[in-house]
Amino acid sequence: MTPRAPGIVELRGVNRTFSDGTVAVENLTLGLRRGEFLSIVGPSGCGKSTLLRLVSGLEVPSIGSAEVLAERVGYVFQDPTLLPWRTVRRNVELLAELERVPRAERRRRAAAAIRMVGLEGFEKVRPAALSGGMRMRASLARSLVLEPDLFLFDEPFGALDEQTRERLNDELQRLFTLRGFTALFVTHSVTEAVFLGSRVAVMSGRPGRIVREVDVPFDYPRSAQLRFSPEFGRIAGEVSNTLRDQVTTRSVAGTASHSEG
Amino acid sequence: MSDPPSTDGGPPALPGSTSGWRRRPLPRTMLPSRWLPPTVMFLLFVGAWFFVSEVVLSERRQFLLPPPDAVVQVAFLDPVNRAPLLSALLLSAGVALAGLAIASVLGLLVGIVMSQARWLERSLYPYAVVLQCVPTLAMVPVIGFWFDFGLASRLIVTVAIALFPIISSTLFGLQSADPRQHDLLTLHRAGRLTRLVKLQLPTAMPAILTGLQVAATLAVVGAVVGDFFFKQGDAGIGVLIDLYRARLQSEQLFGAAILACLLGIAAFSAFGLLNRMITGGWYGSTGYDRPT
Repeated sequence: MTPRAPGIVELRGVNRTFSDGTVAVENLTLGLRRGEFLSIVGPSGCGKSTLLRLVSGLEVPSIGSAEVLAERVGYVFQDPTLLPWRTVRRNVELLAELERVPRAERRRRAAAAIRMVGLEGFEKVRPAALSGGMRMRASLARSLVLEPDLFLFDEPFGALDEQTRERLNDELQRLFTLRGFTALFVTHSVTEAVFLGSRVAVMSGRPGRIVREVDVPFDYPRSAQLRFSPEFGRIAGEVSNTLRDQVTTRSVAGTASHSEG
Repeated sequence: MSDPPSTDGGPPALPGSTSGWRRRPLPRTMLPSRWLPPTVMFLLFVGAWFFVSEVVLSERRQFLLPPPDAVVQVAFLDPVNRAPLLSALLLSAGVALAGLAIASVLGLLVGIVMSQARWLERSLYPYAVVLQCVPTLAMVPVIGFWFDFGLASRLIVTVAIALFPIISSTLFGLQSADPRQHDLLTLHRAGRLTRLVKLQLPTAMPAILTGLQVAATLAVVGAVVGDFFFKQGDAGIGVLIDLYRARLQSEQLFGAAILACLLGIAAFSAFGLLNRMITGGWYGSTGYDRPT
């Protein structure tokens, strides 16, 4: 990843207004270069999800332009959104099925993805029998199967407990190092944002804009111990302060509680 | 419900498994908590029946509610009565089953069509409600005029009564898929058919099967009620009920009613079982487990 890598996502002056008149994002400008891992933090309801939906093409800007040069986009939602009647393997195969990947190839890729997220042995199990963390792994594997060059994450680990979340963070950045995709990762945990991101963008309260971008200069792969280094603390503090300003100016209650590492 | 500690029965834990496996110490049907309450309830019911017919009713008025042993003796153990009752039961079961099959196909189709566009739902759903609200019994003479007073009319009444729960549960089920899952399919350019087959129909499966369960009992009711009015052709349970009523043969009358009832219960249980067999492993018994 070099600073001069070609762009893959370019949002320019994007507004998105819903039919009920809510302005979700306003004058949003954001660039993303190939191979970058951009974390986005912001107060609850600031339009973070809308930002991802705009990039994925699920929504179009009311004003402004959204240019996305990715060939395959992977989208990981906050909920695992697995199909309860399918086994893990069949769930992981779903997107490949939709994209009409031939059966044998689908099988091979699903097996590889399941191995990559550490779910070997659970191929024939239905989601109901998995823990929350394992369901998220399956959801991740489902996206990996298509080998996306751009990954969108919408607070994927938000519902998990601290330990599971940290372990999945470690594994996600190992995957990122290994596969070299581009990632746009929305979260409201500052620690998570800084640990994963090569850059962290802070959004304002609704209507959402980018108010600050902070570079995170650590090389990948990052060790779990990085979270305790003074430099990490300094960056996290900087992000936290910016975020806290957003929360207090918007007086949105009870949202910044995750920001302490 | 707390599981007593067990040493067997559960599947072996997979490597790294942290939760999610429930142990099954005893087949559930054998637990006393399973069979004791319904058994006690049944005995109380039969006891109350005996009490009313032997104590409350004078011998002269016992025909209003003959005691259970007399019903069993006369209706089920006497071959003279048993033979026509069983063949009528078979016929009614056939009508109910055929009616249910037609109603299922029709109900699923209508439900699927309505799920495809808001305007289709708006234009069709009111008529489904009308069908449900129209007093079928009042329509019976008309149905007789149009379709004659034989088997076809019995079928039509059965279908008309059983249709609505299938339509409404299908529609409800098809619409209950998670919006995020719809998003996922949209992102990968899934068409209507793919969406229907891979997401909506499986999501709707528990609702559809529950609707079929209700419809199955209604189909039995429809088949029996249809008999009352459309007597041409072989006699169903309803024809016999009407006959026994006219002849004041109350043991046979109650026997016939019990058989009709058992048929409904059998239909209800069969679809309940089917539902558990198909969708039993899809959702945890307490919904989603907590994350570990």
